Amino acid sequence: MIEAINLSKQYGEATVLNIQNLVIPKGESFGLVGNNGAGKTTFFSLLLDLIQPTTGHIINQGIQVNASEEWKPLTAAFIDESFLIGYLTPEEYFYFIGDLRGQNKADVDALLDKHREFFNDEILNGKKYLRDLSKGNQKKVGIIATLIGQPEVIILDEPFANLDPTTQIRLKRIIKELADDPNVTILVSSHDLLHTVEVSNRIVALHKGEIVKDIATSEETLKELEAFFAV
Amino acid sequence: MFLKFLKLEWKAFTRSSSMGQEIAVKILLGFLGLYMLASCLVLGFALFHILSENVADRSPIHAVNSALLIWVVMELFMRFFLQTLPTLNIKPLMVQPVKRNTVIHYVLVKSIFSFYNLLGLLVFIPFAFNCVKNGLLSPLQAVAWLSAVIGLLISINFSNFLVKKKFADNIQQFIPYLLVALVLAVLEYLGLFSITRWAGRAIDQILIYPALALIPLLLGAALYIWNYITLRDKFYLDASLKSKVTEAKALNLSWLDRFGPLAPFIKLDIKLLWRNKRPKSTLYLAVMMLAYGLIFYTNDTYDAMPAWKIFLGIFMTGIFMINFGQFIPAWDSTYYPLMMAQNIPLKEYLRSKAALMYLSVFILFLGTLPYAYFGIEIVFAHLAAAVYNAGINIPVLLFTGSFNKKRIDLEKSVFLNYQGTGAAQWLVALPVMLVPILIWYVVYKISNPATAHLVLAGMGIIGLLFNSPLLDFITRAYQERKYDAIKGFKQQEA
Repeated sequence: MIEAINLSKQYGEATVLNIQNLVIPKGESFGLVGNNGAGKTTFFSLLLDLIQPTTGHIINQGIQVNASEEWKPLTAAFIDESFLIGYLTPEEYFYFIGDLRGQNKADVDALLDKHREFFNDEILNGKKYLRDLSKGNQKKVGIIATLIGQPEVIILDEPFANLDPTTQIRLKRIIKELADDPNVTILVSSHDLLHTVEVSNRIVALHKGEIVKDIATSEETLKELEAFFAV
Repeated sequence: MFLKFLKLEWKAFTRSSSMGQEIAVKILLGFLGLYMLASCLVLGFALFHILSENVADRSPIHAVNSALLIWVVMELFMRFFLQTLPTLNIKPLMVQPVKRNTVIHYVLVKSIFSFYNLLGLLVFIPFAFNCVKNGLLSPLQAVAWLSAVIGLLISINFSNFLVKKKFADNIQQFIPYLLVALVLAVLEYLGLFSITRWAGRAIDQILIYPALALIPLLLGAALYIWNYITLRDKFYLDASLKSKVTEAKALNLSWLDRFGPLAPFIKLDIKLLWRNKRPKSTLYLAVMMLAYGLIFYTNDTYDAMPAWKIFLGIFMTGIFMINFGQFIPAWDSTYYPLMMAQNIPLKEYLRSKAALMYLSVFILFLGTLPYAYFGIEIVFAHLAAAVYNAGINIPVLLFTGSFNKKRIDLEKSVFLNYQGTGAAQWLVALPVMLVPILIWYVVYKISNPATAHLVLAGMGIIGLLFNSPLLDFITRAYQERKYDAIKGFKQQEA
């Protein structure tokens, strides 16, 4: 379970995030939508203790994230390319993450084999460093790396952006599969309403740092969201 | 247009999150600079008298001429390590209506207004003035001679530019040139062939034929053009901005697994050092500096000053530690958020950095063992210095690293990337090197060298024994400044 209590983030005068109370139960597939500057990345950065909250705090699996590092073994995230190490090959990167998460080479290889289709033969054994891959292929590496070591919480910021249509469909399949696992809480942000509705069973819309909608996904969800954002 | 570029740079400076630190560094360097300027000025005014009193066989001007080549080489050497060259982030400008030439001329012209170009002038202008005053040179000769000297200074400026551009990336290319210089120096030393005498005679000719002063000026201009051409060819995304796509070579580092939980980080750091040009040059520098002791140990005048041995010990065994350690954790700046969000206890991360530096001190100490040829006591001095480096200096460098928030772009998105290759880099090295020398010297004065060695090594051993609580303390410092570091590392260098 993830709980944000009285959470806010201000830069000078501007409040970029203000969440009174948000509870994400274990096993939920949680979608975060909103326009640019709505506070999606800010929320994820707070959840990962990459920035400090102005007020309040976040509790991840019973651990207050800015007070202890114990949440790290349980949580995996891909926010942007600063989560990749440019001078490693994709395999070396996966094994490095595997080392950090107590997975041996065989475990990692098994996971990579499972997602061979997702890589579309462009990534493994390519004899290229991550820095030399295209943006889309870098993203694929970052996303699959979050799956290493069966984390309980997976955070993906804008995973669909920069991906080609085929890969987007494959990614949706992967996320849905994770969502079916009752032990995995998955948090996905996007400005693409359609993608989010498809993969999440609960959607929260942020607008200027405030929660403006919090709905369980149903057939009407997409229309409701489109109506809200069509200004 | 030049003015606009200057404005951009000013904004980059004032809006950088490391501005406070940078101002402090600039003030400190400013004082050092003033001191150097004053020293040069005093030298400039005194040089004529010093030479006329102490050199009997030649007139002062000929004495200066025969030493000019040495000056040029020394200045080039000094500049290579100290002078930071102007940089400009050209990627946003490339598709804008800014002429490529303008950008390149801007970078080159700006380098002429460097502090380092003043130093030579402050020595040679007063000297030439004194020569005229004492009737040694006619005004015309003095003007010609000064023009030639200015031509040489400009040539030094642009040679340095070229050397840094062409060689700083892969410093091993520089070795043949060093060998030629070494051979000439040996020939000079043995008295077989004196290159400085020939150079001196060549410059003497300018006094006879003032028009010859054009040659050094033309040399300066030629070097400017050479630089211009080199830079122009680099002005493409795929040339300098984007690093070349090199075929990935797998490194088998499984032998490092014996380091247990630290192994993944040490392996990562070794790949960092080996696959990125800038950290790689710290490796080459460390190996090359092992020869630094030759300058001192072959010269008997230093025998009377035993503190030099400690200096050399600290320097030669610690050069990698200094160059690598002071940029921790900025080496990892491009992926620092990953390191902070991944399953990495901060203490393990820092411990692995320390382990790498211990390893370097140990290996470099082994590298200095051949100096035993010059006396076994040198080995003891180096050993004491190495232990001090490991026990005290490594924690000190790690701790100062917690203040780092300036990004290092391993992947080079900046035109002429020389972050941290200037005088500021050596500033951190001062306390790291001076404190142990001072301690050693004080103990040496009140007792004897052996006790002084023991005291220094003892401090190092105490540092090693308290390694774990020290690391806890350093970890808290990193924890406290973690958010500043993440924020600072996000900023691309302008």
